[in-house]
Amino acid sequence: MRRRFFSKAWEHVWVHALVWAFVLFAVYPVLQIVNISLRPGDQLYSTDLGLIPDGASFDAYRIILFEKPFPTWIRNSLIVSLSTALIGVSLASLAGYAFSRFRFKARGVALQGILVTQMFPATMLLLPLYMIMRRLQLVDTMLGVVIAYAATALPFCIWTMKGYYDTIPADLEEAALIDGCSPLKAFLKITLPLSAPALVITGLFSFMTGWSEFIVARVLLPSAELHTLPLGLESLASTYQTEWANYAAGSVLVCIPVVVLFLALSRFLVSGLTLGGVKG
Amino acid sequence: MSLIETRGNRLAAMFLAPTAVVLLLVVAYPFFYNVGMSFTNWNMFHFRDPSFNGLTNYVKLFRETDFWHIFSKTLLWTAVNLVFHVTLGVGAALLLNRKLPGRPLYRALLILPWAMPQYISALTWRGMFNLEYGAVNLWLGKLGLAAVPWLSGEWTAFAAASITNIWLGFPFIMVVTLGGLQSIPEELYEAARIDGAGAVRRFFSITLPSLKPVLMPAIVLGTIWTFNNLNVMWLVTKQGEPADKSHILVTFVYKAAFTYYRYGYAAAFSVFIFLTLFLIVKLYQRTEATEVH
Repeated sequence: MRRRFFSKAWEHVWVHALVWAFVLFAVYPVLQIVNISLRPGDQLYSTDLGLIPDGASFDAYRIILFEKPFPTWIRNSLIVSLSTALIGVSLASLAGYAFSRFRFKARGVALQGILVTQMFPATMLLLPLYMIMRRLQLVDTMLGVVIAYAATALPFCIWTMKGYYDTIPADLEEAALIDGCSPLKAFLKITLPLSAPALVITGLFSFMTGWSEFIVARVLLPSAELHTLPLGLESLASTYQTEWANYAAGSVLVCIPVVVLFLALSRFLVSGLTLGGVKG
Repeated sequence: MSLIETRGNRLAAMFLAPTAVVLLLVVAYPFFYNVGMSFTNWNMFHFRDPSFNGLTNYVKLFRETDFWHIFSKTLLWTAVNLVFHVTLGVGAALLLNRKLPGRPLYRALLILPWAMPQYISALTWRGMFNLEYGAVNLWLGKLGLAAVPWLSGEWTAFAAASITNIWLGFPFIMVVTLGGLQSIPEELYEAARIDGAGAVRRFFSITLPSLKPVLMPAIVLGTIWTFNNLNVMWLVTKQGEPADKSHILVTFVYKAAFTYYRYGYAAAFSVFIFLTLFLIVKLYQRTEATEVH
């Protein structure tokens, strides 16, 4: 009995030690950004390892919020990311359903094709994309980037949606059809509400695509007044050394909304992320 | 054939149409455009009048002095990252799957690296690898170890970029695994326990096989994302420092295209990257399929 107790206690200790090792690894870099953002101007290069720097100040936050076009960047990023999420969720929830429930002729090829799009290196689509957008007169418009982001996010979103629909038995819809429901209504009234976790995940991912992307944005949004957050932050990081604290403060502000979203939705993250096989 | 299928074929077409339009316009068309570009001499000097030059770009690519070096480095980069993503991700998921006080909090904290925009993480880690002021070396110093010049050697820079990428990639595998673990019925473990199977045995004959269906797609996706990850290598090593030694295929071609304006060449290189990755994924799917039968 005593041995059992000790082995239990021992297990308790090592499990917690491991968990804390993981937490430290995951959280430390985040604490670093917070630390840098609080450093006063004369301490950007410091060998101090404390969590909060000496003479911590919110100067960088004041500067970034009131002396930089930060509010414009936030507005642009919100418009772009929310539109991307809206398009991503609507298109993926429809396409995923078609892939999950119907056995049409090109289904296998299309599913493979969706996986294949993920394999294109960024360098492959960037320049042609610019040419197309220029022809459509969508360079330097929000619509242009939103379309590009939606297309980037769609394959993964479709996959997630399809995987989730696969776990919902079709019997429910069948019963509704026998009761005289139209297929569209069966989808809207039964399957879609049951898929809330996957819809949330899909929305989150499309939003994140818009929120954190800067390579495509740099090409498609040359005008400063259309800069999104990543472009704005990049402009801070590439100018003077002294902007480091501002850059860090900006990063913290950029991270807060996504981190809050992720944490609030982490429950759905586990249940909604059912990556179905490509073949199935 | 199910009822919904016989009655809703038009519905399926309607559901797929908008996605098809977007993907054809923004993904498929640029892809073929790029393939076309790869057979031309389009660059800074022939910006307005590119002409067909056959396979010249492809030949040039294989003659690139560092080509095979960068190629094998990309494979190594992908393998190293994936191994750590999976071991750390599955490990963390197994820990979080226990009855642990404060479990939701731990889970949330471990997801953090995934929630951060990649460019912010990459630049933060770059700062942490700074020789004199970076937290990594300061901690090494506290432990009585010598400072490592992370960003000034080819392989130390490779390690730095890998650590960064492992950090931001393991939560994805962790979350996928957590979902998979929840779907394993507890009775399976009970039965195994009664049969006298130890923890290790239970892991290898129940947990791992049950996780395979969720892990395989995640690993395929992880492979693709890592192989083509432009952000991390590019930003951590500041565009390939030291002296363009820190490249994987995709950062190398990014530099060729957008720093040196060799568009035709970069297009050919991109096609090569795509084909390589395509082959790798095919191989994965082949082994997966044969294992099932």
